[in-house]
Amino acid sequence: MSIKPDEVRNIAHLARLGLDESQLSEFSDDLSRTLDLVDQLNQANTDSVEPLANPGQCSARLRDDVVAETDQREKLQTVAPNVDNGFYLVPRVIE
Amino acid sequence: MEWETVIGLEIHAQLATQSKIFSAAATAFGAEQNRQACAVDLALPGVLPVVNREVLAMAVRFALVTDAEIGRHSVFARKNYFYPDLPKGYQISQMNHPIVGTGSVEIVLGDGQRKTIGITRAHLEEDAGKSVHDEYSDFTAIDLNRAGTPLLEIVSEPDMRSAQEAVTYAKRVHSLVRYIGICDGNMQEGSFRCDANVSIRLKGDEKLGTRAEIKNVNSFRFLERAIEFEVERQREILESGGEVVQETRLYDADRDETRSMRSKEDANDYRYFPDPDLLPVEIDDAFIDAQRASLPELPEVKTARYISELGLADKDAITLAADKSTADYFESLIGAHAMPAKLSANWMLGELFARLNRDQLDIDDSPVDATAFAGLIARIEDNTVSGKTAKQVLDGMWDGKGSADDVIKAEGLQQITDTSAIEAMIDEVIAANPSQVAEYRAGKEKLLGFFVGAVMKASAGKANPGQLNQILKNKLSG
Repeated sequence: MSIKPDEVRNIAHLARLGLDESQLSEFSDDLSRTLDLVDQLNQANTDSVEPLANPGQCSARLRDDVVAETDQREKLQTVAPNVDNGFYLVPRVIE
Repeated sequence: MEWETVIGLEIHAQLATQSKIFSAAATAFGAEQNRQACAVDLALPGVLPVVNREVLAMAVRFALVTDAEIGRHSVFARKNYFYPDLPKGYQISQMNHPIVGTGSVEIVLGDGQRKTIGITRAHLEEDAGKSVHDEYSDFTAIDLNRAGTPLLEIVSEPDMRSAQEAVTYAKRVHSLVRYIGICDGNMQEGSFRCDANVSIRLKGDEKLGTRAEIKNVNSFRFLERAIEFEVERQREILESGGEVVQETRLYDADRDETRSMRSKEDANDYRYFPDPDLLPVEIDDAFIDAQRASLPELPEVKTARYISELGLADKDAITLAADKSTADYFESLIGAHAMPAKLSANWMLGELFARLNRDQLDIDDSPVDATAFAGLIARIEDNTVSGKTAKQVLDGMWDGKGSADDVIKAEGLQQITDTSAIEAMIDEVIAANPSQVAEYRAGKEKLLGFFVGAVMKASAGKANPGQLNQILKNKLSG
């Protein structure tokens, strides 16, 4: 399994990671080796095995549809980098 | 060249729960920014999602009314993308194991023909927050009240062949989700949103054409116009030898056009994978049975009952039953207020609807509620007012002048049903028009209308028409 530098660039973009062009080959080697390791799993025969979404052999616990959270906006916003008038402010996003 | 339009719809129905899908924060519309966004919705470190049982119940109800498979083993997955109104960096959704599988709904087309529209699947997911771009010049403002609001995304097969069919299907789903109480259907507030996948192909072709996905459509009228615009746009491209690009297009209602938003070529790879924070959801028979038992009478059943038990005309029965609020209003008239069905139906579909349409109001916002309207029907039924006067009374009620009885009293509209009073007025008219009486008696029977009009005028429109006619005929025939 080989990951090409172009794919590394795309993955980094999707994950919003800033990579130097000089790092691309290093990461493509690293990721290729990681995938080779994981690739060993493909040697196991899984013909009669159902895909598993979660290793726990139990199902989700559910909650009743009740509002139990109180408004803690002021407290929650103390940890935000920038707030105004109750809004969280982020760098301008233009689509 | 003859083209065929192919449309599939993705409908996002906001589920009408009190709390969010994975947190216990409120979902009420219109709260001040970020007052309903808790630590889970904000994705603070260490928080864990817990599934709201009611969300599952609502999805199961939808599966039951669309004859759909129920995903008894349902899995939540992460859909990864970055946007500031999605604090986790992923949206919890469903990919391989949705809670609602293949189903269908039947629609009735304009010509009365029925058509089955396939539903591919419906899955649960959380809504994102809201980005506000125009409040600050240097920042985007984020309101996370909507983050974590439960949505059921209903994906149809590409079974629709015209904008009208697509609208009919969307209205049908809208009616259903309101009937079973899982969505309030408010399109202005974004509780019911439609995205349309539109493509065209030469008639007879098997292969689907390249599609465009139209977003941002918040009314049925706009849905129809957006699809019609898009079909025309694609036809022009193809007929001039071009190729349609697969892309997302936004509908701009002000300019009545769609325009490119982003092309799928640089589309995100969402890298779905099962959410390790959430265990699979298991739905058992008891849960499904409880939901089945909670289902209300559905539109088709109501329509059939209105026709067979109440004797309504097919068209009237369909109109009254199609919308939950309309059916509730009608059933309040004939149930709690014990008004006659046909008279109630006629007055609702005629005068009430005319006024609602004129003022562009939903029946829920009618200035005359079912109780008040029943008060008017009662006065028509007991002959206190004639049909003609009743319209005047309804206008008064519409303008906030009180109940039917208040308006009748204040404006002196009470019908004259006293036989001797009507007789006196008829006698005067007969005495004042001897030549017409002679002509009538000589066989010119269409003069009856002249006499009715004259007596009605003398009574200021308040004489009971039935009595007037009866007595007049007797007296004229001498």
